[in-house]
Amino acid sequence: MAEKKELTCINCPLGCALTVTIDQNEITVTGNTCPRGEAYGKKEVTDPTRIVTSTVPVDGGDIARVPVKTASDIPKGKIFAVMESIHAVRVQAPVHIGDVVVKDAAGTGVDVVAARDVSVA
Amino acid sequence: MSGFTKGIETEHVGILVIGGGPAGLAAAVAAKKAGISDILIIERDRMLGGILNQCIHNGFGLHTFREELTGPEYAARFMKQAKELEIPYLLNTMVLSIDRDRRVAIMGRDCGLKTITADAVILAMGCRERPRGALSIPGTRPAGIYTAGTAQRLMNIEGFPIGRRVVILGSGDIGLIMARRLTLEGAKVLTVAELMPYSGGLKRNIVQCLNDYQIPLMLSHTVVNIHGRERVEDVTIAEVDEKRTPIPGTEVRYECDTLLLSCGLLPENELTRTLGASMCGVTGGANVDDLLQTDIPGVFACGNVLHVHDLVDYVSEEATLAGENAAAYLKGEVAARSEGIGITADGGVRYTVPQRIDPLSMRNEVTVRFRVADVYRDKTIAVYRGKTRLFARKTRVLAPGEMEQVKLDRKMLEGLTKDEGLRVTLED
Repeated sequence: MAEKKELTCINCPLGCALTVTIDQNEITVTGNTCPRGEAYGKKEVTDPTRIVTSTVPVDGGDIARVPVKTASDIPKGKIFAVMESIHAVRVQAPVHIGDVVVKDAAGTGVDVVAARDVSVA
Repeated sequence: MSGFTKGIETEHVGILVIGGGPAGLAAAVAAKKAGISDILIIERDRMLGGILNQCIHNGFGLHTFREELTGPEYAARFMKQAKELEIPYLLNTMVLSIDRDRRVAIMGRDCGLKTITADAVILAMGCRERPRGALSIPGTRPAGIYTAGTAQRLMNIEGFPIGRRVVILGSGDIGLIMARRLTLEGAKVLTVAELMPYSGGLKRNIVQCLNDYQIPLMLSHTVVNIHGRERVEDVTIAEVDEKRTPIPGTEVRYECDTLLLSCGLLPENELTRTLGASMCGVTGGANVDDLLQTDIPGVFACGNVLHVHDLVDYVSEEATLAGENAAAYLKGEVAARSEGIGITADGGVRYTVPQRIDPLSMRNEVTVRFRVADVYRDKTIAVYRGKTRLFARKTRVLAPGEMEQVKLDRKMLEGLTKDEGLRVTLED
C-alpha cells in the first residue's frame, strides 16, 4: 500500500506543495520545482530532524536565563524528550558559549550547549 | 556599566552610533576597520546585541557566516569584533535628541545628562512592535495581552512564564517563533489568526513553528473581541471579507489566558523626525541616498530603523555599508553630492531603499532593496532607465513578507538624468 504525505518545501519563498509517496522501498516526490525540493521531501519522510533551542535558569549570573541549543539537529520525534532534559537543569555562572549544559540529551547522542556567555553578577 | 570608561569623558566623537544592536555593531565595526578611531555606541539596554539577545532560535547567519546560528551567537560574533577593535560604548543610556549640527543629547546612569557632538551620526535604533492601541481591538483591558516580542523578552531573558492557553493574532515571524516556543514550554497554542489572506511570516517559520506542532493558521481571520476582567478569559475570532471587515455569524470564542500580538513592526524614528530628516511614508524610515545618508549631511541610517528586514544578515550588510560610508564622509572621500535621482517604485513594488541615487558619486555597485504589495506569481522584476530596461529577473513567487533586492551597476547609470529617471517595477 502506498502512503502519501503532503508537505510544504521550505528551501525558498516559493513554498512548493510537495506530495511524497512512500511505496515499500520507493519514495517519490511530486510538486517540487527543483532538486532541493525532492531532497527535502525525502528527508522529511525518512529522517526529519530539527535543531531545538530553549533557555535554562542561571544562578549567580548577570542575566536570569541562558539560551541553549542542541549542538546539531536531532530527530524530530525526540523534540519533547530533549525539552524534558533541558527543563531538568540549572546552571551556575559563569557560562561560556559552547559549554555543555546537557550531555547526550534524551539518548540522541547530541549535547545541549550554551548559546551565549553569562558573567557572574 | 560601560565598556570603556574613556568613552564617558568624550565630548566630541568622530562617529556616534545610536543603537548597539546588529545594525549599530556592524556599522561601528566597519567604520573602525575603515580607519576611524573615535567611535562611540550608545545603547539604552543593559547589554549590547539588541533584539538578537531574545531571539534564541536558530537560523541566523546563513548568508554571513554560512552557519545556522542562534540570535545570541550571531550577536556574539559582532560583539567580539567590537571588543577586539576596542570600540567604546555606553549602556543604559538614552539619546534624547539630535540636531542638524549633530549635537546629540544623551542621558544615562553613568554619564548623567550631557551633550556630545559628532562629525557623523549613524542611526541604528531598530524598530518597535505595533501595539494593541494601534490595532483598535474592542473588548476589555485585562492582563495577558502582550506583543509577541515583549512576551519573547519576558520569557527568554527575564525568565517569566507567559501563559497556558494562548491565541496569537498576526502571523509575523515573531508570532510564529513564539507559537513554537510556548508549545515547547508546555503551553497550548490554540490558533494563529491572520487578517490578510496570506501570512506575513517566512515560509520556513510556518512549516517549522506551526505545521510541526499542528497549530492552525487561520488566514482572513481577526480578533473582534477580548473578554476578561483581571486576566484574559477568552477572545472572539471572526472571518473577514475581502475588505477585511468581519463577517457576522462567523464568530468563534476561544477560551484562553493569553493573547499575543504579532501585527507588524514600525521603525523607531522619533529622533529622526525631531532631527527634521525627510521621511518615507511607506517604510516609516528616513529617505536615504545610495550611501545610506539621509538628506541631512553626515547622518546615515541602517537596519530596521531604515526599513524592517526579515533577515539579520541583510541588516549587517547594510550597516557595514553605512559604517564604511560614514568613515569615507569623515575622511573627505565622499564627493560633493547632488540631491540625486529618485527611484520610482511602481507596478506592485511598494518602496525602494535607497530612495535616490547619485550616479556621479555612487559606488561601483549599489544594492536596491524593496518589498512588494501582494503575493505575485510568475512576475519579472525590472529596472528601467527612461524607457530602456536595464535589468530583468524572472521570479516564480513574490510575497510581502520576503524582502527582494536588485543590484545596479555604476556603468548602467552613467550619464543618468532626472528626466530619464530610474524605476523599479514588476511586469508579466
